[in-house]
Amino acid sequence: MKIPKLLQAVLVLAIVYFGFILVFDIILDHVIPSSLLTMYMFFVVAGVFMVYTANEKSAKELVAPIKALVEDPSKKMIRNVVFVILPLLAGWYTYEKTSLSFEAPVELRTIHPAPPSSMKAYGKRYNVLKLENPFRKFEKTDPKKFKELIAEGAKVYIQNCHFCHGDKLDGKGPYAAGLNPTPANFQDVGTIAQLQESYLFWRIATGGPGLPKEAAPWISSMPIWQDFLSEEEIWQVILFLYDYTGYQPRSFGHE
Amino acid sequence: MKCQDGNRGKFNLLGLVALLAILFYFAPIHFNEENLNFGVSVAESAEPAAEASTDVAASPYGPAPKTTLASYPTIKGINGRVVIWLVAQLHLWFAAFVLAVPIFVFIIEAIGMRTRDRRYDNMAYEFIKVSITAYSLTAILGGLLLFSLVLFYPDLWGYLATIFKDSMFWYAALFFAESACLYLYYYGWHWLQGGDRKWVHLTIGLLLNAVGTMLMFLANSWLTFMMSPEGVNAAGVFAGDIWPAIQNHLWNPINLHRVVANVAFGGSIVGAYAAFKFLSSSRAEDRAHYDWMGYTANFIAISALLPLPFAGYYLTTEIYAFSQQMGITLMGGIFAWLFIIQAVLIGALFLSANYYLWCCMGRSDGAERYYKYIKYIAIVIVGAFLVWFTPHTLVLTNEELKALGGPYHKYVGPFGIMPAKNTAVNLMILATFVSFLFYRRANKIATVSWVKIGNSAQVALFVAGVINIFILGVYYGYFTNTVYKIAASIPQVCTTLAVIVISILIDSFMYKNAKEVAPLKWGRVPERSQYALFLLAVSFTWLMGLMGYIRSGIRQHWHVVDIMRDNSADAFTPTMGFAANVVSIGTIIFLSMVIFVFWLSQISAKKVEPENYWAPEAVDGAVGKGGGG
Repeated sequence: MKIPKLLQAVLVLAIVYFGFILVFDIILDHVIPSSLLTMYMFFVVAGVFMVYTANEKSAKELVAPIKALVEDPSKKMIRNVVFVILPLLAGWYTYEKTSLSFEAPVELRTIHPAPPSSMKAYGKRYNVLKLENPFRKFEKTDPKKFKELIAEGAKVYIQNCHFCHGDKLDGKGPYAAGLNPTPANFQDVGTIAQLQESYLFWRIATGGPGLPKEAAPWISSMPIWQDFLSEEEIWQVILFLYDYTGYQPRSFGHE
Repeated sequence: MKCQDGNRGKFNLLGLVALLAILFYFAPIHFNEENLNFGVSVAESAEPAAEASTDVAASPYGPAPKTTLASYPTIKGINGRVVIWLVAQLHLWFAAFVLAVPIFVFIIEAIGMRTRDRRYDNMAYEFIKVSITAYSLTAILGGLLLFSLVLFYPDLWGYLATIFKDSMFWYAALFFAESACLYLYYYGWHWLQGGDRKWVHLTIGLLLNAVGTMLMFLANSWLTFMMSPEGVNAAGVFAGDIWPAIQNHLWNPINLHRVVANVAFGGSIVGAYAAFKFLSSSRAEDRAHYDWMGYTANFIAISALLPLPFAGYYLTTEIYAFSQQMGITLMGGIFAWLFIIQAVLIGALFLSANYYLWCCMGRSDGAERYYKYIKYIAIVIVGAFLVWFTPHTLVLTNEELKALGGPYHKYVGPFGIMPAKNTAVNLMILATFVSFLFYRRANKIATVSWVKIGNSAQVALFVAGVINIFILGVYYGYFTNTVYKIAASIPQVCTTLAVIVISILIDSFMYKNAKEVAPLKWGRVPERSQYALFLLAVSFTWLMGLMGYIRSGIRQHWHVVDIMRDNSADAFTPTMGFAANVVSIGTIIFLSMVIFVFWLSQISAKKVEPENYWAPEAVDGAVGKGGGG
């Protein structure tokens, strides 16, 4: 039996929709955000209807049942049912989306706040655009010393940072569950792997209070580490973050 | 009537150019040298004072003005920023259109000369006719922008005029040259026909394009200076040499991006014009003509759209290289949300472009053979598109945040960064090219003996290309450092371009002397295909408005980044909703004006002979003198 085109289109959409939920929510055990699923489905719907209306024959077959429903006198009963159900469904959906709830509103947070062009720390001003890790050069010139610096950085990290950012640097330290927003996950490809070392220096040295005014409130609980660590210790811990995760800091020159 | 319209247009333009020249002449007198200090001492205005002081002593120019709230006049409660935003954007839209149209009119005229197919010449003339009215509007809006800048941001204007005064004179001179070339090109179209005369005409077209492009490059230098200032010291003191200020860090990336984008945008607007004419025509031959015109315009728009993402990457890479702060504000910070809208619009462009090609296959009786492949192309495009617009930072409800244990999504998260986007866009481009290839083949049957080998070679080429794009995107994109991550996008582009070029070569040899299934039936396209052309034009327009705002907005509270601070009441980044509303209002105004231009071109072709209105002697007299307009 040949399935009518309209039913085919609806089935394809249902399969894709439930496919997303099955794959992400059940198989991979990582929910697909509803905002993302809505955007995905919008374009899947567009794509499906574009395919079905790409030629005249197919387009006519697709709209034939709708035309028949509206125009065919013998379908009066079903027409009335559909014309009652559709507005009710639309009304229910609108009500669901707009009714008040106890759920806190969604916040548009940005992962990377924009750094300032210059910053103040340790009583002096740094040009963030040109600031470089003073120890990075030892990676080539003195690998042994470089390893020692990384080991120093690891110590600093374990003594100060792992409580929130985790011993695997995945943002899942013992205190992480009590924080919202949760601590940064350095293992994620979208965090330190995308950034220059000067950016990390700025975030560590000035902490949550050093975040820019735009896109506030940041509600970051990152301490101002310049009050507790020396400048060298911050640069060492930055070396450790990149070494442990295996990422390279963002740079614009070849090695 | 045409002559009168033209004269009016010339009058407007010449008046504006004269006005520009006068303003540019006086601006430096008012604002340069000691006047530019505005009562602020050098030491006060210099940020790193020690660095600036030596240059200040040597330079006859003052530092960048330090403005206060009082430096920004308020006129009848009008919001100066919104006025300048809208006027600048409208000016840019029209300027992009009038710069783009001569580029492809020149190409179409050249094709007509080569093929001796008169239809090309007629179409090129119709295109340039549409751009003539738009040219006047561009100039009027440019004048309005100048007035707005002088009125609402006098200190900024004064500072820029001090640095760029020489180039502003050149700008005015080039404007004269462009007007001269355009009017000669348009009014001389039917006069310079045949033999050497046609070559002269084509040369004027080339000159028109050269002058227009130089004009745009000059204006680009002013706005890129505001983003990546050079030729001045940290306090904004101009060193006296204009060339470094023009050739600032972002000048060439913007130049390249704008040239390509203008062609795509101009093509889409002309495509919308053809769709408008197609839908409003009832005669079969008119519909056939405008169908062909729409197809050609769309072809131009899409040809320029394909390399556009790469020009965009180049620009963004240079923004990051110039300032990590600006780069992050752009892609990872507050403006990242607008990039989601940008991604959706670019996806809409690709979808509508493909849909148009699929619908247009209906012109051919041989297209049936290829319909079954459309769904696969759609799967690739929609799939790549989903990756393309997956945001770096997800919008999560608290429930989802809890379920995921944080804002990072292990599986969707990696789609949020550029390597995934690069891979996706290359696949979208290749899929769009496949749509074009099917459209091209729809009406033909290859007659060469090596058809199977040719097809197999093309399939192998595509498979190898896609594998290479994936390796470059996944391995280099995720498992190497950022230098290689960014650099990998270049071989990805080269792969895509190589697949396209080699495939076209194979196809053109394979389909040389091919049999036609039946003559192409121009005009036999569903009306919904024309709405795809409208969608293309609207998406391009909105997209340009949005990206224009983002490009300008990443300067944040600076008029000139790190040099001249914006201290007006509007020195804040507006909410995304507000920005989107302003861009939408601009889009509606622009498209209304474009519809007006279309309507003008329609009424210019209409001629009414009123009965018993003119005295018989007067009509005879006019005819006798060979006049009548």
